[in-house]
Amino acid sequence: MAKPTLAIYWAASCGGCDIAILDIETKILDVADFFDLVFWPCAMDFKYDDVRKMPDKSITLTLFNGAIRSDENYEIAELLRRKSVVMVAFGSCAADGCIPGLANLHTKDEIMKYVYHQSPSLSADNGITPAPETIVPEGTIRIPALWNTVRPLTQVIDIDYVIPGCPPQSDQIAAVVSAVIDILKNGKPLPPKGTVLGATDKSCCDECTRKRDVKKIKQFVRPFEKAFDPEICLLEQGLVCLGPATRGGCGAKCVAAGMPCRGCYGKPANVRDQGAKMASAIASVIDSTDPAEIDRIIASIPDPIGTFYRFSLPDSLLRRNQS
Amino acid sequence: MSFEPRIVGFLCNWCSYTGADLAGTARMKYPPNVYTIRVMCSGRVDPGFILDAFRNGADGVLVCGCHLGDCHYVEGNHKCMRRMPLTKKILEGFGVDPNRLRLEWVSASEGARFQQVINEFTDQIRALGPADLHDLNFSPEDVLAHSTAGTE
Repeated sequence: MAKPTLAIYWAASCGGCDIAILDIETKILDVADFFDLVFWPCAMDFKYDDVRKMPDKSITLTLFNGAIRSDENYEIAELLRRKSVVMVAFGSCAADGCIPGLANLHTKDEIMKYVYHQSPSLSADNGITPAPETIVPEGTIRIPALWNTVRPLTQVIDIDYVIPGCPPQSDQIAAVVSAVIDILKNGKPLPPKGTVLGATDKSCCDECTRKRDVKKIKQFVRPFEKAFDPEICLLEQGLVCLGPATRGGCGAKCVAAGMPCRGCYGKPANVRDQGAKMASAIASVIDSTDPAEIDRIIASIPDPIGTFYRFSLPDSLLRRNQS
Repeated sequence: MSFEPRIVGFLCNWCSYTGADLAGTARMKYPPNVYTIRVMCSGRVDPGFILDAFRNGADGVLVCGCHLGDCHYVEGNHKCMRRMPLTKKILEGFGVDPNRLRLEWVSASEGARFQQVINEFTDQIRALGPADLHDLNFSPEDVLAHSTAGTE
């Protein structure tokens, strides 16, 4: 009997999700054993035409990481959706937009100008801006057009499941892989469509082992500014820790290592906008009833929009810079 | 047809909503542009509500609560007074003029003050123009627009 088939693709991505998959170490052998890998551009030599030639719904499972910000990203996302039985938004880029999503703070025009003409690291400005079509003596060169607004995969394609995280932690990936193999091998029912896999329904705080008490902040601080008590909640000590507004499942490893949570697992269950929820939480712990002092304390948070929406800007209610 | 602002007003049950009601029963005239939503306390107003209002077409959002020290739940309005400046910072980050969000304390007896706030805020939003948010939803028809938007 034919083995179930697996495809792994990267769109607007950093490659970290593919590495996280390899980080399941020897479990990757179980994956290779159980599945027939039919498409994984990061690790194996496949071409888009290989996928185009496959019958529809012939790929059992596609793990799609990366956001959608170009015509190519969109074309392959649509292609894989047609060819796949189950398609999973793998990682924060596909789920919420993640780091590429921060491009939504600017327009495509601003970005192209900066990268190709204004960046301090340019050795010389040759005056050329890449374009979707360039006419040369030999003919027309076409490259995929970049989009003005970065979208998470979840906004452009009807996907089946989401595995959040930047990247999803390898122990969670291994757990999901085992569950999938179990389901396929033993004919068990699939979880309801839209289920978030590899994560909990609570916030990151639930997994954090630090001691929690009443939070009263007179000044927010950054990690380099002082030494921090390893036993006490980081938010309590003035660090902007997004634990309260971030989905659990990662094991709170960053916090255990003394770094405040940055929110990479995205919004918790039943939350619509991660950044707004974090703003609400942060405002609750500000210790002041004087408007001028409140303004001063808020000013001690550098870059609120980048801090609260670092991983979820395209998924936010307002999606992008609207000016 | 000239622009008529759409303003969403979150009014706390105990003071502001009652104050607005007083304006009504006393027949004080104010522009009909505000859509009032009664919440039990201004501290209930989540920044997400405000962003949601803008997403759904509001040009301005007004949050009214009890004066400091008068909150029916003691400290709810304190939480509100901390949330609103931070929400303004977030609106700024999203390129939405933070003046489109306004926080006012209106007591149950201040019908006239409520009328004045609505008059002022409606004029202010009318001058600012429509919030005009775009690219909120993805549509496959937009794919070409995605590639060419944001360019000269």
